[in-house]
Amino acid sequence: MSAVLDHHDHAHDHDHHAPTGWRRWVYATNHKDIGTLYLLFAFTMLMVGGILAMGIRAELYQPGLQLVNPELFNQLTTMHGLIMVFGAIMPAFVGFANWMIPLQIGASDMAFARMNNFSFWLMIPAGLMLMLSFFMPGGAPAAGWTLYAPLTLQMGPSMDAGIFAMHILGASSIMGSINIIVTILNMRAPGMTLMKMPMFCWTWLITAYLLIAVMPVLAGAITMTLTDRHFGTSFFNPAGGGDPVMYQHIFWFFGHPEVYIMILPAFGIVSQIIPAFARKRLFGYASMVYATGSIAILSFVVWAHHMFTTGMPVTGQLFFMYSTMLIAIPTGVKVFNWIATMWKGSMTFETPMLFAVGFLFVFTMGGFTGLILSVAPIDIQLQDTYYVVAHFHYVLVAGSLYAMFAGYYYWCPKWTGVMYNETRGKIHFWWSLIAFNVTFFPMHFLGLAGMPRRYADYPMQFADFNAIASIGGFAFGLAQVYFFVFIVIPTMRGIGPKASASPWEGAEGLEWEVPSPAPFHTFETPPKLNANATKIVA
Amino acid sequence: MTQAGAILESAKQTPLALFCKASTAAAVLVSSASVSTAALAAVKDLPGGPGVNQLNLPEPITRIAAEQIWLHWFMMIICVVIFVAVFGVMFYSIWKHRKSVGHKAANFHESTAVEIAWTVIPFLIVIGMALPATKVLVASKDTTNADLTIKATGMQWKWGYEYIKGEGEGIGFVSTLDSTHRQMSNDGGPKKGQEIDNYLLKVDNPLVVPVNQKVRIITTANDVIHAFAVPAFGIKQDAIPGFVRDTWFRAEKTGDFYGQCQELCGKEHAYMPIHVKVVTAEQYSQWTDAKLKEAAAKADDPSKVWTQTDLVARGEKVYAANCAACHQANGKGAGPIKPLDGSAIVLDKDHLKQITVMLNGVNNGAMPAWKQLSDTDLAAVVTYTKNNWSNKTGQVVQPAEFVAARK
Repeated sequence: MSAVLDHHDHAHDHDHHAPTGWRRWVYATNHKDIGTLYLLFAFTMLMVGGILAMGIRAELYQPGLQLVNPELFNQLTTMHGLIMVFGAIMPAFVGFANWMIPLQIGASDMAFARMNNFSFWLMIPAGLMLMLSFFMPGGAPAAGWTLYAPLTLQMGPSMDAGIFAMHILGASSIMGSINIIVTILNMRAPGMTLMKMPMFCWTWLITAYLLIAVMPVLAGAITMTLTDRHFGTSFFNPAGGGDPVMYQHIFWFFGHPEVYIMILPAFGIVSQIIPAFARKRLFGYASMVYATGSIAILSFVVWAHHMFTTGMPVTGQLFFMYSTMLIAIPTGVKVFNWIATMWKGSMTFETPMLFAVGFLFVFTMGGFTGLILSVAPIDIQLQDTYYVVAHFHYVLVAGSLYAMFAGYYYWCPKWTGVMYNETRGKIHFWWSLIAFNVTFFPMHFLGLAGMPRRYADYPMQFADFNAIASIGGFAFGLAQVYFFVFIVIPTMRGIGPKASASPWEGAEGLEWEVPSPAPFHTFETPPKLNANATKIVA
Repeated sequence: MTQAGAILESAKQTPLALFCKASTAAAVLVSSASVSTAALAAVKDLPGGPGVNQLNLPEPITRIAAEQIWLHWFMMIICVVIFVAVFGVMFYSIWKHRKSVGHKAANFHESTAVEIAWTVIPFLIVIGMALPATKVLVASKDTTNADLTIKATGMQWKWGYEYIKGEGEGIGFVSTLDSTHRQMSNDGGPKKGQEIDNYLLKVDNPLVVPVNQKVRIITTANDVIHAFAVPAFGIKQDAIPGFVRDTWFRAEKTGDFYGQCQELCGKEHAYMPIHVKVVTAEQYSQWTDAKLKEAAAKADDPSKVWTQTDLVARGEKVYAANCAACHQANGKGAGPIKPLDGSAIVLDKDHLKQITVMLNGVNNGAMPAWKQLSDTDLAAVVTYTKNNWSNKTGQVVQPAEFVAARK
């Protein structure tokens, strides 16, 4: 590590004074500070979305309306979805990208530091606008996170606030993506060829292209909704000859790649962690890169599997069924590669590895239910039931969120300079794993039995599984409060054993070549790398 | 007790329910421990609707639903086998290749042969899955040659049914959730001791269809998107405003079958259930007869004897709507159109002369036949012409005379 510090000569000292106080954060141009901001923002939104989820589960604890009216219930489900997708999962991965990509490729910072600041600070008004829409006349948007027309035309003024917020969040995502692409393509240290780059950078590079491709599509769809609402156009309004099914096509052309936007960086994080704790190189690195690319390309040609019940022609259904089933193949390749990485390794199970293995196990269950849902005749039965709710929480919570937890535990020593409390980390893992499955596993049964999603009240036969899911949901929510209060806050305050530059025995990569916590400025001059581009050679 | 019994009941319906046995037992344990559900333990399975803690798709009533269940088991078994195999390897590795048991890390990190194998084999498995799925899908999309066509219109928040083609053509009604159930939901749900097996599924007017006949359901909507779904039939079709879509079923058993709207449609989304009553062909004929008679009864009774005032009042409207365009409001006609004011046929004491003109037309259709109007409307308009303008005959033509004249 001293090797790194030695790269700075004293002529550069004037760059080292870090801004202090509020200016450090509001004017932040440092990728690490912006990464921290993103992560804290995302966690705040995770808590807000979580509170909405608790409201949903409390109402569904037993049949009948006890706590909220059906209108508010629809607002809760809609805003839970929007806030979790656009406020929590996506910004959190951008936070990881900001922190780790420059460190992993040996760059001094992100390519466009001020745009980086702007793309973060755009999220604050957007997030506030989403949350405050609950207090607007008529309450928050209640048309579901998919915002299907023509129901959106019946919404109150909060729908416009929601659309505006999504425009801003989309702009922020696009700027973030441009930054990531330019950084990865232009700022790699000499010797860090693309095919030597860590998997996390690869998955983010591909994700960033997906974002740039589809966020404008979403912006188009919601702008057309806006003009339908206010300017007398009839893009989606059947009363004026518009086509509500066209909205769904446009939305899901964004929506399906969006699913992979939320999971590919998770694949990247897991691909960093499993080799580190198996003390063995990632199996099939090249095929991992190709599989990620294949998934990204296929994600553009499967969107209408969300629309099997709209009444497509049979050839359309067959095409989208086949293309969707194909995605199982590259995804399977990834799972096999991870297991082959573990095979004959020398494994230890610290919390990052626990979450990575937990991810692998539970995410794959979500993958299999996805395969089952891809079969159109089965999907006819399960579309818009709790089976779908179970499926996408298995891939989004047990997939994306678990990978982020794994990433937090893995990189926390680099971010804070101290180790988290291992016992507490293990408690957080088992608590989350059990509570997650108690919440979402029964939902498969509810869906098979025909309970529709987005229902404020349900027939009494569904009562028991709903009660179980609610109890699991509260436990899962509480686990995340425990995580923040007893694990994250102590590490942020620097409480815990001091971490060395490379605290994990098997971890490889340039981020472990700089001290812990990572200094404010790193790699100000390009480092010289070894043949594998994993170490700095003096 | 009833819960466990109910689960075993529903488990018998599927040959491969053994898979779920362990999870069922766990579910029963947890649920009987949960306070909220203790009060609801008396709820029983709803035949044709959801079962208590039902674990799988409902008992199939149509061939398509049965094939969907078969496909689901087929997929489930393949997925479970792969899952167990793959994660068996992972857990074996976790058990054996730990640092704490002294395992040293091997050094391999690629194998082209293995990587090709685990790309090609899943591809073949996926093809194996796609083939039977294609067969079921194609069969389920064939809506031709229906015996009965019914239009289901989604409305916020009820279903409108119109029998468009086949026996019962012309029947139409609206089906709404029982208002006591809606109220009960607002009041916090069914109370202790209330055993409501069809909670939120009871409607005022169920959709009635005959057994063993191909019923085509055409869906559309008046306001926002809804979805018409009956799980026991294996159908779900979005009802989209401005669009007409269709699906079909051929129920193989009689009974009551339930579904719910499955596309978010606003605040009362949870309160627009679907109840389909499948009956035998005879029962269906009886039902359609009764329903059509009921509809006819609501219409005017042609044997009713009217007063002159009522008939003139109604006749004025009929005249304005149908006759005035040619004969003019003042009854004087124009150009080739004969005047009615002072017309010999109108003034004639023999009602049959004017009645014949009305039913058959004259002058090769220059005066068209009006037999598509109801007897009451015709009687009213004739009475009106006989007692308006300068025609003060005082004659009253009753609908019964048109009934007689039509024979």
